[in-house]
Amino acid sequence: MDLLTFARGPGMYWAVTIFVIGVLWKLAGVILLRAKRDLSEARKPSAWTGLRAILTRSWPRRAFVHGTAFSEVLGYAFHVGFLFTLVFYLPHVLFFEDVFKGLLGVNFQRLFGVPWPYFSGGMVNFFGAVAVAALIALLVHRIVNPVKRLISNFDDYFSWLVTIAPLVTGMLTYGHVGAPYQTLIAVHLLSVELLLVWFPFGKLMHTFTVFMSRGTQGMQFERKGATL
Amino acid sequence: MSASDVNTEHPLELETPRFSVKKPAVRYDKQGEVPDAERVKRAMQNFVRDFGRSAAIYMESCVHCGNCAEACHFYATTNDPKYTPIWKIEPFKQAYKREYGPFAWFYRALNLKSAVTVERLEEWQELIYDSCTVCGRCSLICPMGIDIASLVSLARHGMAKAGLVPHELWAVAERGEKEGSPLGATPKVFKDRIEWLADDYEVDIPLDKAKADVLCTMSSIEIMKYPESIVATAKIMKHVGANWTFRLDGYEATNFGLLSGNADWQRDMSMKLIDAAIACGAKTLVLPECGHAYGALRWMGANLYGKPLPFRVVHIAEFMAEHVKSGKLRLKKVGKSVTFHDPCQISRRGGAIEAPREVLAALGVELREMEPTKGLNWCCGGGGGVVTIHRADALRYKVFQLKMNQIDDTGAELPVTSCSNCRQTFDDGQAHFKWDKTMNSLLEMVAHNLEGEAA
Repeated sequence: MDLLTFARGPGMYWAVTIFVIGVLWKLAGVILLRAKRDLSEARKPSAWTGLRAILTRSWPRRAFVHGTAFSEVLGYAFHVGFLFTLVFYLPHVLFFEDVFKGLLGVNFQRLFGVPWPYFSGGMVNFFGAVAVAALIALLVHRIVNPVKRLISNFDDYFSWLVTIAPLVTGMLTYGHVGAPYQTLIAVHLLSVELLLVWFPFGKLMHTFTVFMSRGTQGMQFERKGATL
Repeated sequence: MSASDVNTEHPLELETPRFSVKKPAVRYDKQGEVPDAERVKRAMQNFVRDFGRSAAIYMESCVHCGNCAEACHFYATTNDPKYTPIWKIEPFKQAYKREYGPFAWFYRALNLKSAVTVERLEEWQELIYDSCTVCGRCSLICPMGIDIASLVSLARHGMAKAGLVPHELWAVAERGEKEGSPLGATPKVFKDRIEWLADDYEVDIPLDKAKADVLCTMSSIEIMKYPESIVATAKIMKHVGANWTFRLDGYEATNFGLLSGNADWQRDMSMKLIDAAIACGAKTLVLPECGHAYGALRWMGANLYGKPLPFRVVHIAEFMAEHVKSGKLRLKKVGKSVTFHDPCQISRRGGAIEAPREVLAALGVELREMEPTKGLNWCCGGGGGVVTIHRADALRYKVFQLKMNQIDDTGAELPVTSCSNCRQTFDDGQAHFKWDKTMNSLLEMVAHNLEGEAA
């Protein structure tokens, strides 16, 4: 079996399996923990409005802008760049449409009436470059900034590595740079598989837990009328 | 747990205004004779004892962005990265991932997280106690929405059971558990004070009435250091025509069980108030000007009791605001400019943000808000038991400068607050810096300006 066949076949199969089971295991391990009902008399009639924190915590309060702006701007640059590259690149779109049809048995376009949108290759390359540049800047900041350096551990650096790898290998594949196309695409797929395999074990899980923790704080604080 | 090395190695000076342990300057305090491995085990077991879904969600969500440092007064005034809030619970975060999280086996197998040692916990004592007022400002800056302050409280549960609490804090907590008050305001002392104050100020202070609608409580700082607060409470209760009482079986709202992290003592202290309110059939329990007392009973009381409390719990500022609205509390106008210092546990984390402002409006003052204010206000630096810990004084004074600047910048004539622990911290800071401003109590200000009564 050559590298590409492995990456496309069993490699992807096992990576997705570990990803799905790992994510479910982690989420279940947390969600199934006991949650005590708060018996104190709530100040607000409903705590559900606290779920707004899921949205509002996406940008800092004015009092906190100074000092967090650097991380916030770069954080957004990376997330937007990464998401657009992942979701709006034609070869990815074709792959997702396949998966969509495989899972739901119906064409994306038939279901929603519109085709899955995508950007031109050049545009996606630009977003990829933004994401890579932001990641590099964030890594430098993590190493140079005394606070970040102190609190960082293996997870932070390894998660960084497995996140930037698919971006870099993807851009090299797009540009046909450095190796035969077959090799490039195989390496790109393997880097994605590495990301998927590491995903449940480290901080990348914040993709899911961010909503849970913001929502938890939101509802706990809202019933008290505390500042959110 | 015995007080062994507290009283032999580093004797407490119990007669000084604040308990103190002078030597050694740098030290890690321990209580009791327990093998190190046992200490670590107890710390971890009790850290997770109350560990539910929300704490686990918080533990799983940190991305190490470091933003929380920016919200912390201890970091903001020192630039020392060790004061980064999430770093303060690092050993517990480490232990959670290694011992309890869904992938604990994975972390152990690859040794991604090393086992926590007693040395590490000792080192962290300063971070969990001396340099955290549990003010919760960090919880608001966290982009992941982690309530870091609540995790520090859980870490304190572990530290308390492991006997790793700073001596003064442990000693006042133990004294509170044994004598009924951390600062010596025993039932006998409280009774004597009430008799003396009732006599001196010619005010009726009901004690131990069999039935009353309102049960009032006090903080030990007020009883011992600001006894006029007792008089002020009595005057206001009389003014609004309340059927109220103090009770010797439940008057002390200070809860050093909570601050030290001793969950059992915390429960004992809260249950005294709850039982006393039930005994006299109170409809309302009024908490004094004390920050953590509010969190302890208003928000944790029912959970310790095991069912909803059969009475309301309000802070004295909320009680006053209610009676301003109902027209029963009529106040003279104070023609001065005032800035209000929000106590963290009452405003930011307690939600009683507008009540004191409504009372100030009724006093007709010109309110000059600090920047930032209300729920984002900077903490005075003395909360969470920090003002009790002498070795933390130098650090606390640094933090206090933030507060002085904030208040000076408003140009207001009078700083006012509704927490006697904040007030004590301000008094201490004022003396240290020879500052020209004295913190005032909202309660006393109201009592001095009751319509139809001499000040």
